[in-house]
Amino acid sequence: MAKVIGGIFTSHVPAIGGAIAKGLQEDPYWKPFFDGFKPIHEWLKHNKPDYVVTFSNDHGLNFFLDKMPTFAVGAAETYNNADEGWGLPLFKPVPGTPDLSWHIIETLVAEEFDITTCQEMLIDHALSIPLELAWPNRDSYDFKLVPVGINTVQHPLPSPKRALALGRAVHKAIESFDKDAKVLIFGTGGLSHQLDGERAGFMNPDYDKFCMDNLPGNPDALTKHSALDVVELSGSQGIEILNWIAARGAMGDGVTEASRNYHIPISNTAAATVLMTTEYALVAA
Amino acid sequence: MQSATAKRTIAGTPVFDGDAAKKGYAINAMCFSFNEKENREAFLADEEAYCAKFKLTPEQREAVKARNVLAMIAAGGNVYYLAKLAGIFGLNVQDLGAQQTGMSVADFKQMLLDQAKGI
Repeated sequence: MAKVIGGIFTSHVPAIGGAIAKGLQEDPYWKPFFDGFKPIHEWLKHNKPDYVVTFSNDHGLNFFLDKMPTFAVGAAETYNNADEGWGLPLFKPVPGTPDLSWHIIETLVAEEFDITTCQEMLIDHALSIPLELAWPNRDSYDFKLVPVGINTVQHPLPSPKRALALGRAVHKAIESFDKDAKVLIFGTGGLSHQLDGERAGFMNPDYDKFCMDNLPGNPDALTKHSALDVVELSGSQGIEILNWIAARGAMGDGVTEASRNYHIPISNTAAATVLMTTEYALVAA
Repeated sequence: MQSATAKRTIAGTPVFDGDAAKKGYAINAMCFSFNEKENREAFLADEEAYCAKFKLTPEQREAVKARNVLAMIAAGGNVYYLAKLAGIFGLNVQDLGAQQTGMSVADFKQMLLDQAKGI
């Protein structure tokens, strides 16, 4: 049976992609953020996933307001990045895995999640940047991807409680997938930030700390807030914490924090990178 | 009778709900089209015609003409899509933040840096 070995949680600010393209990892502005990936790179040397299951939000690349799924599960052979409107260099394609995708889809619907399935899905910076941060400068990826999209664009948004339940159902799917395989989870976006309105530039380190402190051992603590509570606490784009909450659910029980980095600001964002691991992770000798 | 769905407001914070999505469909559709380079070029070549093609409302057209982000949001624009339009104008999210808060870009950036004190 497949096992979850860990979870990588990170901000996905588009400007990080620009910094990668320009090689600014050691630049004084960027270094405090990129350094958060050093322990993750070390951990990934010993922990090589067969599958990666991600939770992120589309930013108007794959989905428009004509059709806006609350939860969308990719079931494609390949996932391509594409121009998001800024003409930036494209990130490399990521191989898919229709067998695990459809197993997750079957399990989610059996668990009464009415999801949207996508046999074609473009991936945007919310996914390409975290993968590039974790495995920099590779010619190709040697894991297979199942992306799960969560609507953070158009209200009403799913509640933190529902996001956690979705993640837990994905965990159930992974545990019942009939392959001896290692699975790594990603939750991307956040933490607190707001791009729009007179409150643009808002951040909330106290709420961010509350989230990071509770996610490993007590993720249900985050479900006491509604989606609108989170918008008020964390900013209108801070609601991307929903991706982290779902990802945490997908890790199952027995999760511990292995590394944490929190830095203000990256662009308009309180940026964070957290590695959590399970009993199935290998530890360096 | 009090509406059971009375809207919650959060100061200075747009909540892009069904009403906004309905109101802003045209401007957001135009911005979504900017994922393609040829559409960005078509906008730059003839802004008036490009806005007309997407049937922007007069309020949306004025907001775009004025490069006024808060007015675009008031007309139903969503920042995830408006960011693509801002890119055409060479504006990043600090420029957008400065404009919406009435600060200079330098002051807005300093405000972001100053929040590190809260860690």
